[in-house]
Amino acid sequence: MNALALYGRYVATSLRAQAQYPTATLMLTAGHCAATAIEILGVFALFDRFGPVGGWSFGEAALFYALVNIMFSLADMLSRGFEVFGTDFVRTGAFDRVLLRPRAAALQLAGYEVRLSRLGRLLQASVVLVFATNLAPIAWDASTIAIAVWAVAGGVALFAGILVLQATLAFWTVDSLEIMNVLTYGGVQAAQYPLNIYAAWFRQVLTFGLPLACVAYYPVLAILKRPDPLGAPDWLLPLAPIAGFAFLALSFVAWRAGMARYTSTGS
Amino acid sequence: MPQILVEALAKTYRVAERAPGLTGALRGLVRRRWREIHALADVSFSLQAGELLAFIGPNGAGKSTTVKILSGILRPTSGRVEVDGLVPYEDRVRHVARIGVVFGQRSQLWWDLPVIDGFDLLADIYRVEPERYRRRRDELVAMLRLEPLLDQPVRQLSLGQRMRAEFAAALLHDPAILFLDEPTIGLDAPSKLAVRAFVRRLNREQGVTVLLTTHDMHDVEALAERVIVIGGGRLLTDGPFESLRASVLAERRLHIDFAGPAPELEMPGVTVRARTERSLELAFDPAKIPAPKLIAAIAAQHAVDDIHVDEPAIEEVIARFYDLHDAGEA
Amino acid sequence: MPAARPYFAAFRARFQLMLQYRAAALAGFATQLWWGAIRILVFAAFYGVNAAAAPISLADAVTYVWLGQALLALQPWIADPEIGQAVRTGGVGYDRLRPLDAYGYWYARSVGWMLARALPRAVLMVLAAGIVLPLVGLGDWAWQPPSGVAAALLFVPAFALMTMLGAAVLMLANIIVAASLNERGVNAVLTPLVIVFSGSLLPLDFYPDALRPFLHLQPLAGLVDIPFRIYFADLKGAAALQGLALQAGWTLALIGLGRLAMERMMRRLEMQGG
Repeated sequence: MNALALYGRYVATSLRAQAQYPTATLMLTAGHCAATAIEILGVFALFDRFGPVGGWSFGEAALFYALVNIMFSLADMLSRGFEVFGTDFVRTGAFDRVLLRPRAAALQLAGYEVRLSRLGRLLQASVVLVFATNLAPIAWDASTIAIAVWAVAGGVALFAGILVLQATLAFWTVDSLEIMNVLTYGGVQAAQYPLNIYAAWFRQVLTFGLPLACVAYYPVLAILKRPDPLGAPDWLLPLAPIAGFAFLALSFVAWRAGMARYTSTGS
Repeated sequence: MPQILVEALAKTYRVAERAPGLTGALRGLVRRRWREIHALADVSFSLQAGELLAFIGPNGAGKSTTVKILSGILRPTSGRVEVDGLVPYEDRVRHVARIGVVFGQRSQLWWDLPVIDGFDLLADIYRVEPERYRRRRDELVAMLRLEPLLDQPVRQLSLGQRMRAEFAAALLHDPAILFLDEPTIGLDAPSKLAVRAFVRRLNREQGVTVLLTTHDMHDVEALAERVIVIGGGRLLTDGPFESLRASVLAERRLHIDFAGPAPELEMPGVTVRARTERSLELAFDPAKIPAPKLIAAIAAQHAVDDIHVDEPAIEEVIARFYDLHDAGEA
Repeated sequence: MPAARPYFAAFRARFQLMLQYRAAALAGFATQLWWGAIRILVFAAFYGVNAAAAPISLADAVTYVWLGQALLALQPWIADPEIGQAVRTGGVGYDRLRPLDAYGYWYARSVGWMLARALPRAVLMVLAAGIVLPLVGLGDWAWQPPSGVAAALLFVPAFALMTMLGAAVLMLANIIVAASLNERGVNAVLTPLVIVFSGSLLPLDFYPDALRPFLHLQPLAGLVDIPFRIYFADLKGAAALQGLALQAGWTLALIGLGRLAMERMMRRLEMQGG
């Protein structure tokens, strides 16, 4: 069975396990939906009180919010194995068993525990997307939908890459992994607003350090058919999400280095 | 051509040194000092296909380290390791497809999945052909009497049941080599016997090479003709268990119940180990005075109710061996 | 001072333990710093456009954010299933004692537990956001001290009450979990409710003006919004005293409700045979 088919097997297994507890899964999903949905209340309240910021109306800002939440919810759902790598695999020695199987470790981790409840975030983001479409308004045609899908793909790659890095950190220390939340949840917090409203230094960080802007800002500009208030060339806007994939590729380089260290020093 | 070859294997770890006290902890923040631990030093041995080898040693001796290196999940510092023509840690994926590993008390099966589902998933992971898988699975289920357990989630099984399922899981892909790391630890007596019987069958009837680490000396007695003792990272002995015993304790035990009060006994080559009102436990060197002679000598002078000849417990043999080689717990 | 030696020894041992976990503790702290920073950056962006629309000054909003991060551990966001379980079983064990004791015992433990977790973070946050930031020239983004003596004095009871109110909410949540055995359901409701209505998400005055009367009177306002606004004197004089009264009133009400719920639950357990 090749890697993709095995991945599908893993996912199906995980989903079946959760389907055994339908009410619990529904509760968790609803809870996650509510907990993540309150953020849009904050966004709305601020726009309602202060008026348009950075040249954006609330409806337009809501598109930024919706897309970054969609991409993170998918990455969150699919990267659980990397997220808990430190506590569930390194600390317990369960990673040894992963290495004893004739498959890539990353594949096994990717298939570990696909949590349906994380779709709660996707749910509220989708509702916001509908609202944004009506409010802004947004013209969805073949090209804008394509850009949106492409942006989400790049964003999923980016957030997955961050979680792979978090797992890689666990090869060195199992203690301080919490700090990566700064990049994942912090990243969503920051990118749920259009990035041009922030001070210049922060924008630089989010473009060149952690390329959130490339997946959550530039492509959205292309969808809204607006030029970048900060001057990035128009042709760049729809291409930017590739940075997410580049980031993921780099994360895996670090991951392999971490694995080499693990096999040298043991657990 | 040995199936497993280990030559001058060495593994050294660097561990940060922690100075005691508050000032030590603060200094540790600024500058780290390192200490070298030699987990393995110059270990060499080889295994032919179909052998069954027991690996024993005190805690921290290097047994687990050796097994980890042989299974390919740990790199040695120096030395040569070859298993079935492959270097384990360099060819990980190909190598682990050919071996099975069972860790005592830890199960590789998925906690919430029924046993059979776990087996099916493993068959996919190991890319076992469906026909071969079904045959092998049915064979193992029969050998280990897993029929009634197949539909139960692993978390509902007792430890004994889980270990039986674990053995099946490790063998589904028909490995030629099986590593067992303390497989009977925590099991009740019937389960231990079942595991030993299964491993013996596997080795004798199916020719699976088995390398077993254990603290349970009865495992050793039941299974292994050949024993390697590791202590302090070094290989202390390699050979049949009987020669180990002979090299350590040329000693047998004689337990006598007397008709009357137990007498004072002084004979050359004989020590009194324990005494109650009516019985004695003697230790004697059979080279100096053979058992029949000793019994006759005692019975000639005292009325004897019952006699029992024995060997020192295997744990004692091993403990004495560790002592002799200064190989106590690291 | 020989009498104090065991306390010094205990402190030293605790401190050494903290140093051992320095990596984990620092990581958690850094995460919180960043959280605060992002929220402040968002405020800065909106204030930059239309500061006049804001109900409080930017400096006050910044202080509000830092205060919130420092005292995060005092917020009753999640029902603790262990406490719920212990309440359930411990309550039955205490059947010779009056139910009051069980509630009182777990209430006191909740308060102690929240304060113990909040204190080290608060100290670190004062250092980082209150002292280091001004030192590196970012005084505008720093945690400002209380606005005047009156505010400082009034903040003391406000702080005590926010802790007591938080514990009361937590106890009620735990009792509901213990009674219903549905931890996820309770948390699904509790977390978003508390985050929004306490003022953790945004100071309550930022929400649409029409909602203000309701928002100021509801029980959770005393968890964050009221005490923090007392701190920088957005609530002063009579208004501050009203705020304190609101905190106290809701605390008593929720404690009463909690005791009642606990009594009923334990009575039901006793009738069922425990």
